[in-house]
Amino acid sequence: MTIIDKTADVPAPRGSNDESGPLLEVRDLHVEFHTRDGVAKAVNGVNYSVSAGETLAVLGESGSGKSVTAQAVMGILDMPPGRIPKGEIFFRGQDMLKMSNEERRQIRGQKIAMIFQDALSSLNPVLSVGYQLGEMFRVHQGLSKKDAKAKAIALMDRVRIPAAKERVNDYPHMFSGGMRQRIMIAMALALEPDLIIADEPTTALDVTVQAQVMDLLAELQRDFNMGLILITHDLGVVADVADKIAVMYAGRIVETAPVHEIYKRPAHPYTKGLLESIPRLDQKGQELYAIKGLPPNLLHVPSGCAFNPRCTMAQDICRTEVPALRPVTEQDGTELVGRGSACHFWKETIHG
Amino acid sequence: MGRYVARRLLQMIPVFLGSTLLVFSMMYALPGDPVRALAGEQTVDPQQIAAMKKELGLDLPLWHQYWNYLVGLFQGDFGTQIASGRPVADIISEAFPITVRLALFAFIFTVVVGISMGVFAGLKADTLRDRGLLVLTLLLISVPSFVLGFLGQYFFAFQLGWVQPNVSLEASSDELILPAVVLGSLSLAYVARLTRTSVAENLRSDYMRTAVAKGLPRRRIVGVHLMRNSMIPVVTFLGTDLGALLGGAVVTEGIFNVKGVGYNVFDALRHREGATVVGIVTLIVVVYLVASLVVDLLYAVLDPRIRYA
Ligand SMILES: Nc1ncnc2c1ncn2[C@@H]1O[C@H](COP(=O)(O)OP(=O)(O)OP(=O)(O)O)[C@@H](O)[C@H]1O
Ligand code: SF4
Ligand SMILES: [Mg+2]
Repeated sequence: MTIIDKTADVPAPRGSNDESGPLLEVRDLHVEFHTRDGVAKAVNGVNYSVSAGETLAVLGESGSGKSVTAQAVMGILDMPPGRIPKGEIFFRGQDMLKMSNEERRQIRGQKIAMIFQDALSSLNPVLSVGYQLGEMFRVHQGLSKKDAKAKAIALMDRVRIPAAKERVNDYPHMFSGGMRQRIMIAMALALEPDLIIADEPTTALDVTVQAQVMDLLAELQRDFNMGLILITHDLGVVADVADKIAVMYAGRIVETAPVHEIYKRPAHPYTKGLLESIPRLDQKGQELYAIKGLPPNLLHVPSGCAFNPRCTMAQDICRTEVPALRPVTEQDGTELVGRGSACHFWKETIHG
Repeated sequence: MGRYVARRLLQMIPVFLGSTLLVFSMMYALPGDPVRALAGEQTVDPQQIAAMKKELGLDLPLWHQYWNYLVGLFQGDFGTQIASGRPVADIISEAFPITVRLALFAFIFTVVVGISMGVFAGLKADTLRDRGLLVLTLLLISVPSFVLGFLGQYFFAFQLGWVQPNVSLEASSDELILPAVVLGSLSLAYVARLTRTSVAENLRSDYMRTAVAKGLPRRRIVGVHLMRNSMIPVVTFLGTDLGALLGGAVVTEGIFNVKGVGYNVFDALRHREGATVVGIVTLIVVVYLVASLVVDLLYAVLDPRIRYA
C-alpha cells in the first residue's frame, strides 16, 4: 500500500511565482504545547493543500487541532507554549517555517489573511473600524490617512455594509454581529490576498445571518480567485461552498475527499459518525445519533488509531498500529481521485 | 457630554461644602485655640484673650463662624492668619506653586517610570523580570514613605553628597527631584502593577492576535493596539492619584523641609489657624475633584464604549 503524499517523491515546487503547484501545502505538520501538565500534542502530522480558487473545508470536533493548524500556517501560534517540532508549510513553493520573522510578516495580511470566529473580540474595541481597515493600506502600502480611509469606505461598500461612508468612523461595538463579521471579511480582503483562512466565520452569528455571510465569502472568493480554507463544525455549510474536505481527529487528517463524495460514501468511521449526527429533515423526531465517548486527551493520545476507544469497528490492530492516510479506491481498484482515509478498515467502511 | 459636565460640576458643590464643613468642625473640636497659641508659654490675661477672640469672631458658634467663612470665601477672601496677620490667600499663592511643582514632578516620575516598568514586565509576564518588578513594588508599597524619605536622605545627601538634605526656600527644580521620587514611589508601585496586569491581560486578547495576523510591525502592534487598550485603567487610576499626591506631599515636605502647602498646613494645624487649614484643604479637594472630572472625560475619549449622557 502507498501512503498519500503526492509530492513526497517529487521535488517541492520552488520559486515564488510558481502558478502550477498548490498555493499552500502543509506537510507532516506537528504542533505541541508545553504546559504545566505535560506536552499536549495538538497537531500530529497534518497534510493538506489548497490551490488558487479552491475551497478546502476542515472539519472535526472541538479540540481536534483545526485552529492550531491554521494558526501555524498564519504564523500566529503562541510560542511558547507552542512549538513546531516537525513539518513544513509551503506557500507558493517556499517553506514559511524557514523564513525570517520579517519575511513572514510580509506574507501575513498581504498574501494570506485570516477571518476569526468572534468578530467582536477580534476587532480592537477602541479603534474605529475605518482606522482598523485603513491600517492595512497605511502599513503595507504606505497610503496617507486620507487615502486609506477612502479605501476603507470602498471595502465596506464591497462587503455591502449599508451607509459605509457614514459608518466608517464607528466603533466595532456599534455594529451588529453580521456587520462586524463583514468588517472582518473586508479586513482580510483588503490587500487581495491569495489565500484566506476562515476559522468558523459564522459560528458566532444568528442562523439567518450565517447564510448571508457565507454567501458573501464564497462570492468574494470566486471574484478574486482566492484559495480558501474554511474551518467549521457545520457540515451543512460545507456542502454548499467547499470543493474538498479534510476531516481532522486528534491532530491528524483522518479522511480527505471531494465534497460530494464524502456525503455519499464516507471512508472513515469517524466521518461516518459525524455525518450521522447531522439533524435531517426527513428523520425529524428520531433520536439524533452522537459519536459515543469523549474527545481524546491530547496529553495522552491513545496508541494506534487515536479514534479506537470510540470506534465501533475497532480491532486489535487499531490499538497498536497508527493507520496512515492511504488512497481510497473502488472495489475493483480504480482510483478515486483526491480520496484518502486513515483507517485500517477503510474498505469495510466504504464498501461494506 | 455638555450636560454630563454640567452635572458633574453641580455635584461638586455639596462635596465642596461637605469637606469644608468637615475640616472646619475638626478645627473647632481640637483643643486649644489660635489666640492662646499666639501667646505661647506666657500667661496672658484671660480677659484680653476673650476680647481678641470676640474681635476675630472666634467666640461665635460653629455654624456662624462657618457661615462667615463661606461669605468671605465667595468674596474671594480666604481669611487672615492670626499669628502673622498675613492674608491666607498670600500664603496659599506662595506655597501652592512649590507643592504643585513637587506633585507634578512626582506625577511625571510615576507616569514615565511606572508605565515603562509595567509594560516591560507585562510583555513578558511570569518571567524573571516580571517577578523582580513584583518584589520591588511590594517593597515600595509596604515601606512607609517617611522611611523611604529618610533612606533617600541618608544615601543621597549624607553618604553620596549628591543633594542637600533640606530643600532651600526657593525650592529649585533640581532640589525637588529627590522629594518627588520619594513622594511618587508609592503611586509608582501601583501604576507599575496596574500597567503590568493590564498589558499582560490585553496581550492575550483576540484583537492582538488579529493585529499580528494583519502583518503589522511589532512596534505598531504594541504601541497602538496594545497600549491604547492597556492604558484605560491606568489613566483612571492616575486621575485619582493626582489628588493623593497633593495630600502625600504634606508628609514628604515635612521630611525634606520644603516650605510648601504641607509645611504650611502642618504649621497652621499646630497653631490652630483654622482659616489656613480649611483654605488649603479646600483647594486640594477642588483640585482633586477637577482632576477626577478630567480623567472621567479622558476615559470616554480612550474608550469609545463609554458614553456619558
Ligand atoms: N495556546 C495554547 N496553549 C495550550 N494549549 C493550546 C493552545 N492553543 C490550543 N491548545 C490546545 O490545542 C488543542 C487543539 O485546539 P484547536 O483550537 O486547534 O481546536 P479546534 O479544532 O479549533 O477546536 P474548536 O472547534 O473548538 O475551535 C486543544 O486541546 C487546545 O487545548
Ligand atoms: S483504524 Fe480502527 S479504530 Fe481507527 S477508525 Fe479505523 S477501524 Fe476505527
Ligand atoms: Mg478552533
